[in-house]
Amino acid sequence: MRPGKVADAAGTSTRAPSAARRSLRRHWQLYVMLSVPLLWFVVFKYVPMVNAVIAFKQYNVVDGIWGSDWVGLANFQRFFDNPVFGRIVSNTFLLSVYAVLAGFPIPIILALAINEVRLRFFAKTVQLVTYAPFFISTVIIVSMTILILSPRIGLMSDVFGFFGADDPNILGDPNAFRHIYVWTDVWQTAGYSAVIYLAALAGIDPTLYEAARVDGANRLQKIINVDLPGIAPTAVIILILGVGNVMSLGFEKAFLLQNPLNLSQSEVIATYTYKVGLINADFSLASAIGLFNSVINLVLLLTVNKVAKRVTGSGLW
Amino acid sequence: MVGVYVLLVTALVIVLVPLVYIVASSFSSPAAVSAGRVFLWPVDPTLRGYEVALSNSAILTGFANSVFYTLAGAAISVTLTIMIAYPLSRPDLWGRTVITKAVVFTMLFAGGIIPTYLVVQALGLLDTRGALLLPQAIGVWQVIIAIAFLRSSIPEELHEAAAIDGASDLRILFTVVLPLAKPLIAVIALMYGIAQWNSYFDALLYLRDPDLAPLQIVLRNILVLNTSGGSTDAAAMMERQQLANLLKYSLIVIATVPLLLVYPFVARYFTKGILVGAVKG
Repeated sequence: MRPGKVADAAGTSTRAPSAARRSLRRHWQLYVMLSVPLLWFVVFKYVPMVNAVIAFKQYNVVDGIWGSDWVGLANFQRFFDNPVFGRIVSNTFLLSVYAVLAGFPIPIILALAINEVRLRFFAKTVQLVTYAPFFISTVIIVSMTILILSPRIGLMSDVFGFFGADDPNILGDPNAFRHIYVWTDVWQTAGYSAVIYLAALAGIDPTLYEAARVDGANRLQKIINVDLPGIAPTAVIILILGVGNVMSLGFEKAFLLQNPLNLSQSEVIATYTYKVGLINADFSLASAIGLFNSVINLVLLLTVNKVAKRVTGSGLW
Repeated sequence: MVGVYVLLVTALVIVLVPLVYIVASSFSSPAAVSAGRVFLWPVDPTLRGYEVALSNSAILTGFANSVFYTLAGAAISVTLTIMIAYPLSRPDLWGRTVITKAVVFTMLFAGGIIPTYLVVQALGLLDTRGALLLPQAIGVWQVIIAIAFLRSSIPEELHEAAAIDGASDLRILFTVVLPLAKPLIAVIALMYGIAQWNSYFDALLYLRDPDLAPLQIVLRNILVLNTSGGSTDAAAMMERQQLANLLKYSLIVIATVPLLLVYPFVARYFTKGILVGAVKG
């Protein structure tokens, strides 16, 4: 919280204090340089963590964070008792799990396919093109989705028209929201994620391929026995990160894709927090929801990491 | 083998068709767009959509603001990132591990929207340009990438040689490290710049003044909320509606083209950047 905290914590390490003093004297310029960004971390990251105590208070502007009354877990209770609680938690959870499950295998398949191609030019082109949507902003992605799916004039209505069917109002269908969210996400990020797997594939020991060839392995056997084990550690890390982020689902996209018709499935924790906090100005309740979310997220990440380490031997740390 | 090519060509088509459709529509006549007659090639080609977009003052202000936020944001972010990553990349800096852990911890746990909002408010940043430049100035991911780069690509012997010659840490940074770190600076400047150009949430939270709004907010108002694109013609409702539809396609192209133009030139560096992050992360 204060700059002193870092020094206190470091002081308890096993290094002799004289080493500290020597390092400070020799590298004082580095410490001065470091102090500016550290101050930034204190102000914009650690102070908000302390500010999160308003989740346990009845915050009012006049008394400020520390002057407001403590109310214990009342704000959390209000959230749990609210009829929307079950719905937004399950919306967030289902949407995230769907996104992880759909988004995980496709970049791997894409990378394996690009890796098989002998024509360098074609492989590079596929990589460059599939990677490009990653740079498009969320606002634009959502606008494109709306324009393409809009009834009568969008690209989708051409497709339905081609088959002689009436185009449905996909954007207004609550059950379509998850599919739209997840598959536009895959469209946007699959090429980007594939790059990471391509790098892992490039790092596989060439002698393994020679051995496979000597053993008479065909293409598919080579992929199954050499490629997949080779990228497994990378895949585990990416999966852990994905699961760890399950609850912290991107606010922007869900918020932009929302409309009154699909709200029953598109209201997620992040969008609800925004509405409670900044539109209804109920800072304490919004902070309680945010804190609930952060804690679940942290617990999920730690658990998945532990499980992955036990099962596969590789994890984030 | 044929299967692989079929798969990849399918992937190409899936990625390209929506993009080509948007571009083709943006060059088509308002009537053709509104009638849904455009597929992958412009119908009755015209630049009308671009004329309307570029004569709209909100869009121009947003564009200029975004250019400013992108350049200023990247400059601030790169400076701060080097200021933290260089000291933390030095093996003999006492306290390095604890500080690194405290920094990485902020990736795992955050105070939340409202507690952060209160900080921005307390600093008096609400409704100022600073609100878009400061709260997101440092990215932990970029710090990790920078530390990994500085440690792996700049030989320790260079530091030692410079230190023996009596150079101070600052001098070593400016005369030895930074000239060798140009690829790193390019990568993180682009990451920060693109994030700023595309960012939308911070402006939604912290800005009310339309004169400060970045392009993404203007886009959202026109594209998603469907508020009038400001066609000033007093023409018939029908024509205005058609023009508003066309404007959306042209706007998407205008907001995306700058990024897609620089992208092929920087993709190489970018790939290296993610790789360092992925390997060390």
